[in-house]
Amino acid sequence: MTDQRLETLIGNLLRAGVLLAAAIVLGGGVLFLLQHGADKAAYHTFAAGGSDTRTLAGIFHSASRLQSEGLIQLGLLLLIATPVARVVLAVAGFALERDRMYVVISTLVLAILVFSLLHAT
Amino acid sequence: MTTLSFTLVVWTVATVAGFLGALTGLGGGVVVVPVLTLALGVDIKYAIGASLVSVIATSSGAAAAYVREGYSNIRIGMLLEIAATIGAILGAYLAGFTSTHIIAIIFGLVLIQSAYQSLRNSAPEADHPTLSDRLGTIFKLGGDYPLGGKRQEYGVQNVPAGFGLMFGAGALSGLLGIGSGAVKVIAMDRAMKIPFKVSTTTSNFMIGVTAAASAGVYLSRGYIDPRVSMPVMLGVLAGAFLGTKVLVRVNVRTLRVVFGSVVLLLAIEMIVNGILGKI
Repeated sequence: MTDQRLETLIGNLLRAGVLLAAAIVLGGGVLFLLQHGADKAAYHTFAAGGSDTRTLAGIFHSASRLQSEGLIQLGLLLLIATPVARVVLAVAGFALERDRMYVVISTLVLAILVFSLLHAT
Repeated sequence: MTTLSFTLVVWTVATVAGFLGALTGLGGGVVVVPVLTLALGVDIKYAIGASLVSVIATSSGAAAAYVREGYSNIRIGMLLEIAATIGAILGAYLAGFTSTHIIAIIFGLVLIQSAYQSLRNSAPEADHPTLSDRLGTIFKLGGDYPLGGKRQEYGVQNVPAGFGLMFGAGALSGLLGIGSGAVKVIAMDRAMKIPFKVSTTTSNFMIGVTAAASAGVYLSRGYIDPRVSMPVMLGVLAGAFLGTKVLVRVNVRTLRVVFGSVVLLLAIEMIVNGILGKI
């Protein structure tokens, strides 16, 4: 497979990931509005939500019980995962090209991303 | 305001922002954050969290289109991402310790830079060297891109300067929840002498990865709130999609002037409100 075709494949995969994420967010959003649409909107002062919306385990748990906010966060998590997947695929691509320098460089970027996501555990 | 009407208003604003952001190449975040905070009174922490996820959505969503054009350079993007992601994590940490007034003022200053870039006449293509300097050669950064039916080779210069600027771009991205595409393009196009088309498309790839580096910190702090992020993400995505469809049919020059002026007004309001302590 040529570089260009591999890149096109990756690009299409990313777009599919974004569309799936948007569909999950939309589903959770519709559910949320059906349940809370008439509530008063209050976003003037910041207050961090519970672990259901802030940690990976909390989000998976909440989404598995089909709670609207958990579903929205699950969609957003999938979205956040798309650039991470892009870097993983780059590591694999450079490994196939036997480009050691860039396997190391892209693995380093991946490690930094994983370090950041560990905050949400 | 009820949650339903809030959601619909935010969705509409985000759609317009995503549409204009795609047409002008400035991204949706630069409009969404000020409108949410200034017009709707949303806390800036919710606004930058929602903006960050929409930045990822537009970057990943557009990847396929950019690949097709054959300009982006993954090696350049990946090497510079080391600096940008570290900067982003640092910026995201700082956002937690920085008062919202200061964040608003810095945001305003970045908006002024965006407005300037949108309003000024497009600069003539600088002279691009075809050979890389020592570091550019060591890191195999040079490449080629399509130009007039042929492949035009280009070299890469001043890698340390570009690396440093990318760290700054990442820090701004983490602090403000934006893509910092403008700073990224400056780092590649001006400092590293990379052709403009290669710089902008590589920047699109980088924006998503940089934003993902802040996302873990944002998520754990609760900045990515489902109630605010949902309409912003869906709106920006829909707007950006529409924007790429009509791109060929509008006068981009006029649009950039209008958009630049709006961004400039928002910038002044952000700074004034930040200084007065209203944000």
